[in-house]
Amino acid sequence: MRVLIDESKCCGAGQCVMIAPRVFDQRDDGIVILLDAAPPTELHAAVREAACVCPGAAIALDEGA
Amino acid sequence: MSAELLSPLPIKRTCPYAPPAEHRRLREEQPIAKVQLPNGRIAWAVTRHEHIRAILSDPRFSSNRRDPGFPSLSHEPPPASDLKPLLLEMDPPEHGQARRAVLGEFTVQRTQALGSRIQQIVDQHIDAMLAGPKPVDLVQAFSLPVPSLVICELLGVPYADHEFFQTRSSALVNQKTPAEEIARAVGELMMYLGRLVADKAQNPTDDLLGRQIAKQRESGGVNYEDLVSMAFLLLLAGHETTANMISLSTLVLLQQPDKLAALQRDPSKTLAAVEELLRYFTIAEHALGRVAKEDVELGGVRIAAGEGVLLLANTANRDPAVFGNADELDLERGSRNHLAFGFGPHQCLGQNLARLELQIVIDTLFRRIPGLRPAVPVDELPFKDETTVYGIREFPVTW
Repeated sequence: MRVLIDESKCCGAGQCVMIAPRVFDQRDDGIVILLDAAPPTELHAAVREAACVCPGAAIALDEGA
Repeated sequence: MSAELLSPLPIKRTCPYAPPAEHRRLREEQPIAKVQLPNGRIAWAVTRHEHIRAILSDPRFSSNRRDPGFPSLSHEPPPASDLKPLLLEMDPPEHGQARRAVLGEFTVQRTQALGSRIQQIVDQHIDAMLAGPKPVDLVQAFSLPVPSLVICELLGVPYADHEFFQTRSSALVNQKTPAEEIARAVGELMMYLGRLVADKAQNPTDDLLGRQIAKQRESGGVNYEDLVSMAFLLLLAGHETTANMISLSTLVLLQQPDKLAALQRDPSKTLAAVEELLRYFTIAEHALGRVAKEDVELGGVRIAAGEGVLLLANTANRDPAVFGNADELDLERGSRNHLAFGFGPHQCLGQNLARLELQIVIDTLFRRIPGLRPAVPVDELPFKDETTVYGIREFPVTW
């Protein structure tokens, strides 16, 4: 799995940080930071949930990668 | 739009906080349906999860509450207003810029740093309840003052003035409040906040408003109107929402003691429980609406430019297409895919603060007052059926 983020769509709700803190963090101004663009398998479910509930659709997943 | 009209909205919740049967029927049979609003206007009621998510993510729908097509459940027309638009009324690109200016105050990290102070506030209010007479009204003794104190401290509003805010924010979210009273409450709040912001510009403080003033000063100049409008929204949003979630959550957990006992055995489950309580009550449902800026085809209907859409998120949060056993309160469900905080770029700015407050309240209240129980029969409790934010007006408890 490959994780892509689009900072311009991020609205800083922080849901990804709550759900998958090993993959996502926030800058001081609230915008998402991607910590791990190729997270290990055990985190995939959490990353999928983060992408699903992201209110700005700022997280895209390439499941084939 | 020509219409065979359904019963006028709003329709009361049942049992007492489930979506009305009429809205469920709409979700199954007519998920985007024409309805009549209390002011006589026609709007579309949207009851499915997928459609509400789609609308809240679609820039063809506007958040401008001052547009005459914006669906209102108030009986009164909105007061003519020269106020600067609130964050929740803005559209792109203004909205993104204004939200980003304050976003840093609400990061997960910043919010979690407030935990020990919130715990203190919760404990102090429980101490006072235990030391005082019983029965006591949980709303006045606990549910309202705790979030009120938290938001006042965060913003830098002296808590001595919290009663002033509480009475006026209650008036503003009541759909039966007469227009002139709303205008007066808004005016008083704006005047107060104007003085407060001016004072903080003179005497810098380390709180949200103080930091915003400093930040704006660095980048060229302080915009007092913007700051007052932002403070107004955050105070209003911080008062009624969390307060009502505290009262409702307390009530439902007292009514389902086996679920409460399971939570108390394992506090690591509280955060998932909070998420489910948010879904189950969806208290701010009546605050969710949009107005179409252009014609939009959705779910087999054509929503024309200028028409309002009322997003009935409480019904959508029981949508069986998304949630199994949707009508059941399952504290271990842990799904965050609900619409209690809205969706899209406007999703609640204070959501992680609300989660943290509820988590601390649930972990603390029942542990410190083990015999807590309603002091009146539950079917006599006054539920807020005529407010933008659902809740309980008065909740006498004893122990």
